[in-house]
Amino acid sequence: MALQDLCNFQDIFQDSLTKLCFLGTFEKNTACDYVSSLSTRSSTSLFNFYIPAAEYLDESPIQFGQISNIQSSSAISSQESILSPSSLPTSLPFASSQSVPLPFPMSHGTTTLAFMFQGGVLAAADTRSSCSGLVACPASQKILPIHSHLVGTTSGTSADCALWKRILARELRLYQLRHGRRLSTRGAAKLLSHMLHPFKGTELCVAATLCGWDGGEVDDGCHAGTVIDLRGRGGTTKSEMTDQEKYLDTLNEKVSLPETQSSTFSEQYFARKKVSFSGPGLFYVCSDGTRLQGTLFSVGSGSPYAYSILDQGVRWGLTVDEATSIAREAVYRATYRDAYSGNCVDIYHITSNGWTRRTREDLKEEYYREKERRRHEGRGRQDVTVSE
Amino acid sequence: MLSAQGFGDPGKMKDYHYTGPVEHKFSPYAFNGGTVLAVAGEDFAIVASDTRLSEGYSIHSRDSPKCYKLTDTTVIGCSGFHGDCLTLTKIIDARLKMYKHSNNKTMTSGAIAAMLSTILYGRRFFPYYVYNIIGGLDEEGKGAVYSFDPVGSYQRDTYKAGGSASAMLQPLLDNQIGFKNMEGVEHVPLTQDKAIQLVKDVFISAAERDVYTGDALRVCVITKEGINEQTIPLRKD
Repeated sequence: MALQDLCNFQDIFQDSLTKLCFLGTFEKNTACDYVSSLSTRSSTSLFNFYIPAAEYLDESPIQFGQISNIQSSSAISSQESILSPSSLPTSLPFASSQSVPLPFPMSHGTTTLAFMFQGGVLAAADTRSSCSGLVACPASQKILPIHSHLVGTTSGTSADCALWKRILARELRLYQLRHGRRLSTRGAAKLLSHMLHPFKGTELCVAATLCGWDGGEVDDGCHAGTVIDLRGRGGTTKSEMTDQEKYLDTLNEKVSLPETQSSTFSEQYFARKKVSFSGPGLFYVCSDGTRLQGTLFSVGSGSPYAYSILDQGVRWGLTVDEATSIAREAVYRATYRDAYSGNCVDIYHITSNGWTRRTREDLKEEYYREKERRRHEGRGRQDVTVSE
Repeated sequence: MLSAQGFGDPGKMKDYHYTGPVEHKFSPYAFNGGTVLAVAGEDFAIVASDTRLSEGYSIHSRDSPKCYKLTDTTVIGCSGFHGDCLTLTKIIDARLKMYKHSNNKTMTSGAIAAMLSTILYGRRFFPYYVYNIIGGLDEEGKGAVYSFDPVGSYQRDTYKAGGSASAMLQPLLDNQIGFKNMEGVEHVPLTQDKAIQLVKDVFISAAERDVYTGDALRVCVITKEGINEQTIPLRKD
């Protein structure tokens, strides 16, 4: 149906008979887009994109329709299925065709940051969404929760980030329903990276950090007999471990296991054939293909300013309040110096119980408070010099 | 018909002095001007637009309103390229009908907004050149405004201006409705009459300073009783 093709709408109850009828009637039409799109579209595609045919755009509309070799590439849907991530769609003419010159600018420019510490993962971002000089939205949300234990910061084009986060949330939920457990942060990062890969080289711009907490759940099919309490571990190994590993050790009370393990437990764990990591996870995923694991990331036009504050203050042993104030200070300094960051700051904290959001704070007040402080300090200094 | 400006950068006037060799290329987009505004109140929503359709130096029509009624509780305002506005509203109408037939209920404002976001993003690589603003009542009966960018990024606001005069109108709305950048002012909630008056004043100011805005103003007020439309004349020059 023309309507379905125009709207990219797929009726779930479309039966094969009607499909064949359409194929029959449209066969004679040489410039037919419907046949190719009906046959290539499947229900497992992540998103149907309309890709313009470069040839049609080069010609002026007066000569429209007189092109000899008509390509049916104008209504191809991008076929990405998580079942076969290696099959890259060959019908995408992205890198070679010139894209349509857009008459409007897209939203860019931001400061987002995330780091890991003993109390979990902290993510912070500003809220200004700018559009080449104009502030399109002073109260946008750049940290989007994906599920109860995973949060993603977004940087780049806001439409791209919002939609791809939605698609990621959908795929993670399907994974959870199919496999009975949540996908780890590492897995989610890999999934997002593979979903964005076919669009490498196009103007899609997504730079996200995924901050989450893995595990903490009992795996399916695990037997009660193999549940081991790791708190009773030998004291000799503890002194060799770093802060991070000690923390993970005290945390894991059930079946999950940190990377290092002592030999006494090895037999039972290998018998289970399942080693899962539990704890915080922080990954950076970019639409140009980068996928990195780390403990501290800052993304966006204001990131150099944020990095200077974070590198100075972030340690593993921070308390939650200290970490929150460092994150806030970093975003504040970045908004102070970067023109494309500003307005308010959002802070999300992810622990084993899920994410919690701190109320959005307007940084305008902070500027005035700082000015007051400076004024008081200046006065104090003057008094000292006078009395000397 | 080839217009006097040729196929230059849409929305900008072509330079009439010699700047050097210029490559002319067909652009599938055109900028037809127009401004749209939406305000959400406690139990009402207002969507207003001017009715001028222009292209470059010419005015094609003085009676082309940019608000389209979608359901009994939702109105959408589309400004930008008129061709894409028409097609987009046809697609939205079709999707609304499909939803009604398969789910036996009308789409809520929030659902329409989410659907429009995916429709727009489906054309990420050849976008609809339309600035959309949806105004309506949500499930609880409160006013809701959803503003979009041309590729589908959206969020819910209390007020938003879009289109050619948006950069001029948005600060005025921030000040008058959001009480921003003012000290020591009591934050009074917006009543329906005050909101309508404010919208009229704001468009009169827009028509003064923006060449693409003028002719007439179409205001749609959405309450639980229904949608009420008024037309107010503006500057015609």
